[in-house]
Amino acid sequence: MNPMKLLIPLIPLLLVVAAPPLPAAVTLESFTFPTRAEEQHFKDVIGQLRCLVCQNETLADSDADLAHDLRAEVYEMMKSGKSDQEVIDFLVNRYGDFVLYNPPVKPSTYLIWYGPFVLLAIAALLLIRAVGRQRQVREPEISAEERKRLERLLGDDAGKGKQG
Amino acid sequence: MARYLRYLVPLAIFALLVAFLYRGLSLDPKLVPSPLVGKAMPTFTLTRLDNPDVTISDADFKGKVTLLNVWATWCVSCRREHETLVQLAKTGQVDIYGLNYKDNREDANRWLAKLGNPYVANAFDSDGRVGIDWGVYGAPETFIIDREGIIRHKHIGPLTIEIINDEILPLVAKLKS
Repeated sequence: MNPMKLLIPLIPLLLVVAAPPLPAAVTLESFTFPTRAEEQHFKDVIGQLRCLVCQNETLADSDADLAHDLRAEVYEMMKSGKSDQEVIDFLVNRYGDFVLYNPPVKPSTYLIWYGPFVLLAIAALLLIRAVGRQRQVREPEISAEERKRLERLLGDDAGKGKQG
Repeated sequence: MARYLRYLVPLAIFALLVAFLYRGLSLDPKLVPSPLVGKAMPTFTLTRLDNPDVTISDADFKGKVTLLNVWATWCVSCRREHETLVQLAKTGQVDIYGLNYKDNREDANRWLAKLGNPYVANAFDSDGRVGIDWGVYGAPETFIIDREGIIRHKHIGPLTIEIINDEILPLVAKLKS
């Protein structure tokens, strides 16, 4: 079978992988911004925040009623000159760290942040130990007589190989 | 011993995994712990549901243990919860305040007239701004507030007789003593 034919079923998958991500914000509100940069900035901020109603959507994506209200709130705050951090703190103070897609580093999240590195370190230690143990295995000792026989056999074999 | 370790370690890891997954079965991701518990209640001033000319504010809660119940007529679970609240109000153990959240004044008053009014007073939060300050994300929600105005507990979802007897009333009694 032509190996190219094997790839044909994969084409839809490749198309999905290669397609550019859909634009994130499909907001229904008509927020107005003086510049494109500010609009993008607004979208970036609401794209980092989780909607509490549809928990797997960002505030930018969600069509939940609460998401509409919170987008409006964020919009008002940014318009009045609040910094990103102030906007984020406002939401965290009310809804908790859960609104953040990027969890902060603190004792209750150490396991998420450092757990993988701990596992990696454990795996590395086990690997080093396993390799070390393998090195310790000595070559089997053979007697002079056995060595002679071995050489003869190997020599024979090599000779045959050349003739054949 | 080292021989058994080879089998025991994967078994222990598996057991740990099972324990975590089992715990996960009984956790509801919809219940997000509120950062407001243990903090002073957010300040607000709103009109009363039954009278747009009279205001109600956080100051009205001070000095007594209270419940604040967030509800709306569009909220299906609130309808289910209402009868329980009426019963709780009848016991006279705790004052129940209401935050009527993103609702219509006429509809809400009609609902209370028809189904009974368990509330001492209702604050009318038509645009949901006060709801945001309280971290409301899904009615019904119920807060327990102590005499100093500190939020002591938040229950998300409809109250049931069991929850009232097992969680709400014991905490109210403790805060009162």
